[in-house]
Amino acid sequence: MSIPSWDTVSVGDALPTLALPAISRTTLALFAGASGDHNPIHIDSDFARAAGMEDVFAQGMLPMAYLARLLTTWAPQWQLRQFHVRFSSMTAVGTKLVCSGMVTEKLERDGERLAKLQLAVCDEQGVAKIKGEALVALT
Amino acid sequence: MINTKHIGRELPPVTFEVEKGRLRFFGKATGETRPEYLDETAALDAGHPSIPAPPTFVFAAELDAGTLFSLLEELQVPLGHILHGEQQFTYHAPVHAGDVLTVQSTIADIYAKKNGELEFVIKDSSVRNQHGHQVLEARSVIVVRNPGEKSV
Repeated sequence: MSIPSWDTVSVGDALPTLALPAISRTTLALFAGASGDHNPIHIDSDFARAAGMEDVFAQGMLPMAYLARLLTTWAPQWQLRQFHVRFSSMTAVGTKLVCSGMVTEKLERDGERLAKLQLAVCDEQGVAKIKGEALVALT
Repeated sequence: MINTKHIGRELPPVTFEVEKGRLRFFGKATGETRPEYLDETAALDAGHPSIPAPPTFVFAAELDAGTLFSLLEELQVPLGHILHGEQQFTYHAPVHAGDVLTVQSTIADIYAKKNGELEFVIKDSSVRNQHGHQVLEARSVIVVRNPGEKSV
């Protein structure tokens, strides 16, 4: 894939989607260790139920890390300037997530040319788990 | 309700060494397959000084140190009641394996919505590397659910 540049990128361009395998309890356990988020609500069903949840659910930073993979696959990581997400709903065990993004604006800021992207991580039914934006420098 | 006297409070600074093994583990946990994110030789071949830290990786620094959980404990907020509302990163310079980062966070704001049923804690962080350069800034919005407080 070629590196996106000011001349080749257009508003409305879609980033190639990233489809993930179903979230398993193993996924959550590994991400707890790797990310440092040891909150038992994500890895201990007994704790989650005692806290009023049906079951464990994914750490919010997990779909955000998937979204980061989408971004750094589209453009080299060091072109990423800003990355902002809002966590809209919890991700249950078994969910198959899909990351997507679209160019919504081309702009110049502080002498640098940038693409503004609109981002989402949705389940298979299209329900958004997280929504966000990113600014990526263009060559 | 969380006492708003904590607004402006600086949390203890955290030193965090970016380790190759941890980056490989993070890669595995997030389904990463690109060799430059998993293998140092591949990273060098791709022009990096070592394995790059992915965009959200540095969030681990304060989690490892327990910075936020210690604060929530002190504020008597149960872990089972918190949700991550928003997260933002602003990037200034690359981070690679071997870097030693210092994270300094401040509680930027605390406020309630729905008559206290939901409370919001805003934490701003500045991250510098071993050369004193600011590599990134982060803002976290932590949401506290207070099931006992019902809106009227």
